[in-house]
Amino acid sequence: MPTTDQTLEEILSLAASHFKVPREKLSADDDFFKTLGIDSLQTLDLLTRLEHHFQIELPDYELQGVSDFRTLANRIQARL
Amino acid sequence: MLDLRQYQSLGAALRDAFARWPNETCLIEADRDREKTRLTYSDFKEMALPLARALEDTEFGPGDRAAIIMTNQSKWLISAYAIFYVGGILVPLDYKLTAAEHLQLLAHSKSNVLVVEYYLWRAIMQSPEFKTLKVGTVLVTEAPASAELASAFRWEEFRRKGEPVFAARRREDVACIVYSSGTGGRPKGCVLTHENYLEQCTSLTAWYPFWPGVRYLSILPTNHAIDFMVGFIGPFVCGACVVHLRTLRPEYVRDAFVRYRITYASLVPMVLKNLERGLRAKFDELPVAKRTLLNVIIGLNKLLTRWRPNLPLSRKLLPQVHKAFGGQLLALFTGGAFMDLSTLQFFYGLGIAVANGYGLTEAGTALTLNDFKPFRADTVGKPLPGMELRILNPDSEGIGEVAARSKTVMSHYLDDPELTAQTIVDGWLLTGDLGRFDGTGHLQLFGRKKNMIVTEGGKNIYPEDIENVFEDLPVKEFCVFAANYIWPAKALGKEMLVIVMRLEQGQEFTEWFRDELFTPNRRLPDFKRVGGYVIWSKDFPRTASMKIKRTVLAEEIGKTLDRATALVEL
Repeated sequence: MPTTDQTLEEILSLAASHFKVPREKLSADDDFFKTLGIDSLQTLDLLTRLEHHFQIELPDYELQGVSDFRTLANRIQARL
Repeated sequence: MLDLRQYQSLGAALRDAFARWPNETCLIEADRDREKTRLTYSDFKEMALPLARALEDTEFGPGDRAAIIMTNQSKWLISAYAIFYVGGILVPLDYKLTAAEHLQLLAHSKSNVLVVEYYLWRAIMQSPEFKTLKVGTVLVTEAPASAELASAFRWEEFRRKGEPVFAARRREDVACIVYSSGTGGRPKGCVLTHENYLEQCTSLTAWYPFWPGVRYLSILPTNHAIDFMVGFIGPFVCGACVVHLRTLRPEYVRDAFVRYRITYASLVPMVLKNLERGLRAKFDELPVAKRTLLNVIIGLNKLLTRWRPNLPLSRKLLPQVHKAFGGQLLALFTGGAFMDLSTLQFFYGLGIAVANGYGLTEAGTALTLNDFKPFRADTVGKPLPGMELRILNPDSEGIGEVAARSKTVMSHYLDDPELTAQTIVDGWLLTGDLGRFDGTGHLQLFGRKKNMIVTEGGKNIYPEDIENVFEDLPVKEFCVFAANYIWPAKALGKEMLVIVMRLEQGQEFTEWFRDELFTPNRRLPDFKRVGGYVIWSKDFPRTASMKIKRTVLAEEIGKTLDRATALVEL
């Protein structure tokens, strides 16, 4: 099983490629709504990408109130 | 459809609906692409009555209040019917609020029953304010077998045998308390009567009818006035069917239109734009020749439907597009004048009618709606049957505050006579929105008189509600406003909250300060965040009791400072 740091790194890389931003512009505590300039629906799109990548299912409510990559990584890690 | 004029209450109308269409499907619930539940009217009743009977045993009865905090799902509607059956008042709370906010509204509404989904209950139990919860009976849905529920009951096990006694209510009795905003300073609990809902339902279904076989895709939260009406009461009193998805993922929403051959759906502007983006991307992928042909056909469709929609024709001209929406779609509903004209026109060009409307919780659900006679993307439609609207103190362009009078207007704000008196004057509801009627009776909206914003996701955000997160800001004083309240704009869209700060003497706004603003701002949900700041160099005007005179301050700033230079975006 990957460590939380590895999960976090994979999320950052995926987010960077999905939204076409340089990886180095993203960091763990970034507010992804702001850094990526996305709305909550686009965030759900990202979640779908992450589900495919990690082969898990994340109910929508897992994202409620989450706006930074680190918390997202923790939520995903808990389901790996 | 039932003749709602004959009914005194929502409970009575629903009870007859269950008797009239026992074998029709009333509910389909899917989790992503997996169908979980399909209920007939008879099945639904069989699930609701044992719950109503169990509620009776807790001595919950007529006039008592029961809150629901759940995402859109079958147990929401089943619980609501059980509550109405025994004469209770329903308090639908927004599931997207925080646990602390839920606790605050549960206390404010004096609810003595709470029906809540497990993940939300878990958050409430973990909240530091949990000990303040005074609800007598808590019913938790879908809790894992090993879950610790404190003193709550499992919804699935909370049932009693035997026939509950139907509690008759009168039209003027309270049906629901719906919070239109307000978790910060002043919760606005709109007290809506059975008459409000029965009249709203009659009015809406006069233009957009439901009947057995119609399927409504319920995506907007059911706690919201619109989905409660068109995703529950409206379809149920007509023998129609509601489809719930346990997700808002765009791909499953798109898929549901086809899978369940949806007839109607209500969407917030953000979702509609997302659908538009998806379709445009697909069009762009077409080879040049096909794309050109498509453009020609869309042009032809626009020409042939310029006076009114012709759905059979549009379905023939653009079969692939209509198939992507399931082939049975009659209309999509959306609300708010901030809807982009281009999006509405894009869909209409494809023969998909998006009815743009306008309403507020205080007025029941909807006041105006497009009737497509003809399509007018630049307006929010005409007043629905039974709605009387007028423009107060119109300026030289005919623009003034929209006021409404109808049997759908709420009774009052819960425990707030002062706010009620300011909002309902001589029987007219003052909406706080600025509008004008054009020559053909269509309402156009031009902005807001009130200090609030509505997000693209359809949420009302009042500055007072978010100010407390900035309490530790190291400034002399601060106040949050809607930018358009300081600098009135005769336009909607791109609304923003701004924080006005009065610095301490000798203090300068540095990068460090910006971070100090960022941190509390991040604690707010994304749609509630402040988008910019203004530095103000004078002390704030205050009342004798030291409350900020917001209106005076906003006017002074608006007159003194220029928006373009004073407002710095974060």
